[in-house]
Parts: sequence; structure tokens; C-alpha cells
Amino acid sequence: METTTPIPAYTFKDFTSDQEVRWCPGCDDYVILRSMQKALPDMGVRKEDVVFISGIGCSSRFPYYMDTYGMHSIHGRAPGIATGVKLANPNLSVWVMTGDGDSMAIGGNHFIHALRRNVDLNIVMFNNEIYGLTKGQFSPTSLLGQKTKSSPYGNTQPPFSPGELALGANARFFARIAGNNPKVISQILIEAHQFKGTSLIEVLQNCVIFNDGCFDSVTNKDVKEDKQIFLEHGKPMLFGKDKEKGIVLKGLKLEVVTIGENGVTLADILVHDAKEKDPTLHQMLVRLEHPMVTGVIRSYEDFTLEEREDALTAEVKARSPFTKTDDLFFSGETYQVK
Amino acid sequence: MITEKIKIEPEVLEAVVVRFVGDSGDGMQLTGTQFTDTSAMFGNDVATFPNYPSEIRAPQGSLYGVSGFQVHIGSVEVSTPGDNVDLLVAMNPAGLKANLHALKPKQTIIVDTDAFTSKNLEKAAYATNPLHDGSLDNYKVIEVPMTSLTKEAVKDIPGLDNSAITRSKNMFSLGMIYWMYNRSTEHTIDFINKKFKSKPQLIEANTKVLNAGFYYAETLELIPNSYTISPAKMREGTYRIIMGNTATAWGLLAAAEKAGLELFLGSYPITPATDILHELVKHKHFGVKAFQAEDEIAGITSAIGASFAGDLAVTTTSGPGLALKGEAIGLAVMTELPLVIINVQRGGPSTGLPTKTEQSDLMQAMYGRNGESPAIVLAASTPANCFNYAYEAARLALEHMTPVILLTDGYIANGSAPWKIKSVSEMPEIKNRKITDSTEKNAPFNRDPETLARNWAVPGTPGLEHRIGGLEKDSITGNVSHVPENHQTMTYIRAEKVRRVQENIPELKTEFAQSGDLLVVGWGGTYGSLYSAVKHLNKEGYDGIGLAHFNYINPLPKNTAEIFSKFKTIVVCELNGGQFASILRMNFGQFEYTQFNKIQGLPFANDELTQEFKKLI
Ligand SMILES: Cc1ncc(C[n+]2csc(CCOP(=O)(O)OP(=O)(O)O)c2C)c(N)n1
Ligand code: SF4
Repeated sequence: METTTPIPAYTFKDFTSDQEVRWCPGCDDYVILRSMQKALPDMGVRKEDVVFISGIGCSSRFPYYMDTYGMHSIHGRAPGIATGVKLANPNLSVWVMTGDGDSMAIGGNHFIHALRRNVDLNIVMFNNEIYGLTKGQFSPTSLLGQKTKSSPYGNTQPPFSPGELALGANARFFARIAGNNPKVISQILIEAHQFKGTSLIEVLQNCVIFNDGCFDSVTNKDVKEDKQIFLEHGKPMLFGKDKEKGIVLKGLKLEVVTIGENGVTLADILVHDAKEKDPTLHQMLVRLEHPMVTGVIRSYEDFTLEEREDALTAEVKARSPFTKTDDLFFSGETYQVK
Repeated sequence: MITEKIKIEPEVLEAVVVRFVGDSGDGMQLTGTQFTDTSAMFGNDVATFPNYPSEIRAPQGSLYGVSGFQVHIGSVEVSTPGDNVDLLVAMNPAGLKANLHALKPKQTIIVDTDAFTSKNLEKAAYATNPLHDGSLDNYKVIEVPMTSLTKEAVKDIPGLDNSAITRSKNMFSLGMIYWMYNRSTEHTIDFINKKFKSKPQLIEANTKVLNAGFYYAETLELIPNSYTISPAKMREGTYRIIMGNTATAWGLLAAAEKAGLELFLGSYPITPATDILHELVKHKHFGVKAFQAEDEIAGITSAIGASFAGDLAVTTTSGPGLALKGEAIGLAVMTELPLVIINVQRGGPSTGLPTKTEQSDLMQAMYGRNGESPAIVLAASTPANCFNYAYEAARLALEHMTPVILLTDGYIANGSAPWKIKSVSEMPEIKNRKITDSTEKNAPFNRDPETLARNWAVPGTPGLEHRIGGLEKDSITGNVSHVPENHQTMTYIRAEKVRRVQENIPELKTEFAQSGDLLVVGWGGTYGSLYSAVKHLNKEGYDGIGLAHFNYINPLPKNTAEIFSKFKTIVVCELNGGQFASILRMNFGQFEYTQFNKIQGLPFANDELTQEFKKLI
């Protein structure tokens, strides 16, 4: 709805519904919820134009807690529903809230096709490397050998890396963030909102009950400076307490170097280009294990499906003699019975 | 116009069934369509049924590669494409072999003798040439070297390649048929001119071959007579020949326009439903959003999303696809969103008989979901009324805020018939339940006290923000609720909501006898067959037979029991094992039902129905 009246000055309370939040105490889902409620007032969007669509899982209860439009749907199918919402009304800000099982197991097909089509949706994937709601089975991101309720002797199914899968499916926007970092989450949610096209945000979300500490080795306060690198477009890929370490490209591999050692200078460090069309380097960054790459890894602007559809519709409309269905019904081969 | 040259007084026939058969590449569908359209414009009633192989490019000349097109033309009302054929046009031995059984004794076969080579005979598994071995003595065989005559006719046209020449031989047979049935070639010549607008040689070639066929038949002594079928008495108006699937698509277009909504289709290709998608994608000029999804589940879920956002949302499929959509239909039932689900039935289970017709998805439509999950179920009964029932499905979905499943089937979806064009202004009103007033508390969950339909508050409307979902909700606030009594209340509300649709649909009408010995009961696509069988018996003097045909299956029309009570015997005829009969037993257990079932991927034949009915009186 095009309107000229100014957007109200919202606070996070305007986006908080009257429903009691029912996640386990200590779950990162609370952090994501609050980050979203805090980010929305800064997005410049009307409350009534925001829609949250989710599948099934702990994370998928999210829409109930937002005082916006929302639908808690069926397992894995939120991308389909969200696509329909957005195609029906491209003015809406549409969010898919999903888990790693929801989006990559049962919903894998819809997930990859949403990314391929590039509808202007924002997908937030709560990756806890486990099935929470069904109480602890391994998921498509669980580690090999991981013992879970459905893999008591260790998981034998090698995992997906969500970012790799997404880039393989031609995701135009991919960000990864730690679930214990509300400020950064809010900031990246806003960036995703501003990005035209499907944006995927993977949140490394701790499930305190079934997979507690799964990301500790990279997200804990005392190690994160060394184990995580936060990328920003146009800035050199530096990390470490004093930003003394960086990433360089050696042959077909990324390598960690220390500035000042072996003659390495700041000029040798790769500068992050999230907007590059070719995803090769983004793929390599996504795969890097030490340090784990976070931040907006890829943000390549492309036409959205609705833009392509709109343009085609306008073109067909301009060429067609039909304005109402009667024109069609009475066109072509008709005959009279008297 | 060549017709003026005919001198012989034509014999007048009431109706005739012609079947064109040949190889997939022989252009039989086009020949059949041209003969149909010409006859319709002449004023005949027509009904057609194409029958093509499920293989895309079956080997030439093979038995399973035979493509056929049957058309029934009448000066009287014709309600089916006909069972038995009066004229068989066979372009090759395989076509002859696969279709001879349908030809009435003593009737006519036209063959292209050039195609009866030893290679083709072998491919059709003929040990001897049927044209010479006496096996066709019971028929009138007209042997025409069509391929060579076609070549001869176009030999002076420069620049024609061989394949263009062979491809135009179907025009030769069409020309012959036009002469035989005293039809003008004018319409087809117009068609040729339009189709080959930029290829003048093809216009010339096809026109020449068409005329050559016409003149050949005229001078051929083997065709002793020509026939005509007078115009039928049809209601005044503007008509066109329409296929069931096209009619379905157009009914949806009309409904969207009438309701003032945009049309959204989420679909995944499957035979025989795909043509609805093919049709709707063309109509971007009406703003139709036709979304080909990655699978059936995405087809329906995108439609649910579009419905939530305020479009008239539709998903189309056939049986196996409906199976995949089951969980999502449950979501639409639970969230009380308007949604039209069209299932063009084919033979099942599993992949079954993809190109053959059946009525065996009825129970799937009624119950193929988890939990008590009632949906409105409708069935169209003729190619033309697919328009009305698609429209009706949309109307009921929007007025009652609930999914509606419309069943059609391969037989009526691919068949075509005259459609008296309906202007959108003649169609019934559609009132949707969209709201914008945010002052009422719980507005999206408030129900119309009469229909129990909830309000439709769509995203983008200020002040009506709310959440819906698949979890059970409180009957008043719409908040998630696991309270035991509330679930029971909600289950009753959902069921009652569908039951009350009875007040918004017409009563059942009986045709022919209004009371008496036998009530023939059917539903959906069998209407034409049942109607002509009952009509046939009435003509023979059996006047105690009535026909009650159902288009509304859930809920059933209010007066159903009243109608049943007026007949001694009730026979329920279905192309399945007795699914509708079971539904009737469940609802109206006070009556006894006899069943007549056919499960062969084929429609009912007139003979089998009339014999059965005679046994029951
Ligand atoms: C069709 C269907 N199959 C299975 C389930 C059961 N189920 C619900 S949530 C879930 C897994 C959720 O895991 P994830 O997406 O990782 O979300 P989390 O609960 O961890 O946030 C499963 C298997 C279901 N609800 N529906
Ligand atoms: S089970 Fe895990 S993911 Fe689910 S709410 Fe509890 S902590 Fe969070």
C-alpha cells in the first residue's frame, strides 16, 4: 500500500504480542526474538506490512510472539507460503523463520528453490544442529559421530553446511551470525530487510537442552576474537584481539596469516567484496573452519522474481487487446445460434 | 465455398460418430478439431474426446503410438462423444487394429492404402493384410491411396519438403469427410490461412490437399452417397467449442473478476490437469499470477500464502498430487482460508493410468487428511460446466472461508463441447469476507452467525495484525489452545460450517421421471453417459426412470432424501468401486442402494448402462 503518512515511531514493544513466550530458559531463540523486535523500528516499515511465516519446530513458534501478521504453518513449507504472500502483495516485508531441520531436511526442496528464484524474502535459519521440538534427534547439520536420541552410537550422515548449500542454490544474500550477539543480529536483520531479493541469515543458535554448547568453541566470549572473523563489505578480512590476523588467498586456498610475520603487510590481506557476482570466494569463506566466517558473506543484488514477473505482466498487458474476461470469452472462434 | 457443387440430395442423419486414428504425427487431433468446429458452426451439437498415447514419441506405426480423436455430431442433443463409431478414418494399420472394435457392423472405414506396407503391417502385428484377407468383409471399406494422391496434388508447388507433404495428408481425409457430410471447407481454409500466415507454400499445399480430398470423394464411386446432419435445436446465443480444462481455467478468471480479486495459481504439472496451468499462464494481461512451483506441496502452500495475503488462490492437480497436498489442505481447513483445489482425476492408485479417466479420488477428496478435516467437495459434470463449477468453487471458498475441492476427470477435462458463452455480468454475485475495520476486538476470528465463516483480514491492513496457524485455536480469541473442550467445540464448528453451505447451494433436481421404479444416481463426469442412457430408455417407453446427478458432494443438497424416497430402486453408477454409494449409505442409511461400477479407465457405454437398468426394473 503506497501511502504518504509518516511511519510511526515504533519501539520494540509495538512488535511484542500478548502471547507468553514458551522456549526453554536460556535458549538463544529469545535473543533472536528480542533482536528482531528491536530491529524492526529501525527498518522503516509499517507494522501492518510485516509478515512472519514459519514452519514447525521450536524456532517456528516465532510468529506468535510478534505483534504483526503471521502464520505458523506446516513442517518445512514456510518458503512456499511466504512466496505466495510476497507474490500476492509485493509491498509486504516477508520473513521466514525456520530451523535447520525445518529448512534443510523436510523443507530442503523449497529452501533451495526459494533461493534460486530470488523472491524478496528474508529467511532466518535458527541452526542448532539438532531437532529441538521433537526432543533431540540429529538434523542435517549435526556432526558426524554426534550422539543424539536417534543416533545413540553416533551420527553416520555427513552434514550440510547451510551456507554452502545456499550458495550452491544461487543465494544472493547470505549472512552468518552467532546467536549470542543481539546487536549484530539486529544490524544484520536490518541489512537483510534492505536487500532486495532472498536473504538468508544463519544464526548459530544454542539449544541449551539437546545440544548445549555446540558452538562454544567459536562463540564463547573468551575465544571468539580468535575463532570468529566478522566480515564487512569493503574492509580487509582481519580478526584477533588486535586485528593482527588476516586472510589471504594462496593458490586455490584461503590462508590465515599474521601481519608483520613473514613480511605480511595489511596490503596483502583480502578485502571483502560481498557484492561480487561470482560466488567462488564466498563459497571458500563459507567453508573456512578456522576462523569461522561471520557477518554478511554475500550480498549480490539481482532482479527479484516479482520484478521479473511485474515487468513481463506490464509488457503482456501493453500488447494485449483484453482488459476484461468477456473480451477473452468472445474472442476467436465463436458462432451464433439463432 | 465448395459445397454448392454438390448435386446429390444428401441423406439426413440424426447423429454420427466419427473417429480419426493414426500415428501421433499424423495430425489426427487437428483433423478432428476442424471437423468438430465446422460442424458446430453449422449448428450441430458436438461432443469430442481425444485419446492419445501416454508415450510422447512412440515409435511410428506402433500399436501403442496410435492417436485418436472421436467426435459425435448431432441434429439432436449429444451428451457424450458416443460409444460406437459410424465412420473410422484410419491412417495406418496400427490405427485400424487398435480401433476396429469400436466400429459398428456394416459401417464405413476409410484407409490410406499407401500406409499398408509390409513393414507397417508387421508393426501392427497383422499376419496378413486386412484389406485383402477378408477380415473386413463385414464393413464398407473405402481404400484411398492418400499419401500418393497428396503428393500428386502438391507436385507443382515449389520448395515443399517431403515432411511438409506427408504432414498435409490429414487434410485429404478431412476434405473427403467434408464432402461426405455435406460440410463447407470454408472454416478450415480460414484456419489454414491463419495458421500458416507467413508460409504461403504451406497455405497453398494444405488448401490444395483439402480440396483434392473433397473432389476425390465427390467423384469416387465408392462413396455412393453423402449425408447431412441438420442443425440441432440449441438455445439462442453466442457459442464456442470449449475443452473442460479451458472451461475450468476460464471459470476461475470470471470468479476473480467478479469478486474483485487477483487470481493466483500455484501448481505443478501433472496429467491430465496441466492444461489448466497452460491456460492460466497465458492470461498475464488480466494480472493472473500463475506460479509453477517445485512440487505439489509448494503449489498449494504458495496458494495458501496468496490466500492469506488476499488473492483468490487456486491449486490444480491430479490424484497423486492431491495426495501430496493433503497436509496443506488440513492447514487451510484449520486456518479457515479460502482456497480452490482442483483435482482432475485419473486412474489410480499411485501413478495408475495417467491418461485414462476414473472417479476414484472421491474418498481422498472427502477424507484424505489427518484429523477431522472437512472441506467442501464439488464435481463438474460436462466439459462446458467445468466453467460453472470452477466459478462456484471460488464463490463458496470466498463466502465460507474454507477450502473447496473441485473434482473433474480426464474424460470431461480433455473432452470438448459447445459452450454458450457466459458474460461475467450474468454470473452470480460473489461476496468475499475481507474486512478493514479494526475497531472490533478479535475481528479476524469473528464469525458470521449464519454461515460460521470467519472474517478475512489480510496483511497490510492496519490494526488487524494477527497470527494464524495449524495449531488448534481458541474458538473466540484465535489464540493457540489445547483446552480439551475447546477442541471439541472447534471440531464441531468446522464441520457445521461446511454443513451450512447447504443453504447456499441449489437443491438437487431430478430429470426424466420424478418418481417411479428406478432412480439412476451419478456424480461428476458420468453425467453425459447416464443422461443419454436414461433418455434412450425413456424413448423405448420405460417412463419410470429418473436421473439424479450430483454436483455438490459435501455437503449434499438438502432435498436428497426426499428425492430418493420417491423411487423403488436406486442405482448408483460410478467409475470406481462404489465410493459415492458409501457416502450415501453413511448419510441416508434408510435407503437401499444398488451399485453399478466400472473401473477400466473408460467411461460408461450406453449399452452397458441400458442393459443394467433394464435388469433393475
Ligand atoms: C510432517 C511432519 N513431520 C514431522 C514433524 C515433527 N517435527 C516437528 S519439528 C521437527 C524438527 C524440528 O527441528 P528444527 O527444524 O531443527 O527446529 P528446532 O525445533 O530445533 O528449532 C520435526 C521432525 C511434523 N511436525 N510434521
Ligand atoms: S529445545 Fe532447544 S531449541 Fe527448543 S526451546 Fe528448548 S533450548 Fe530452545
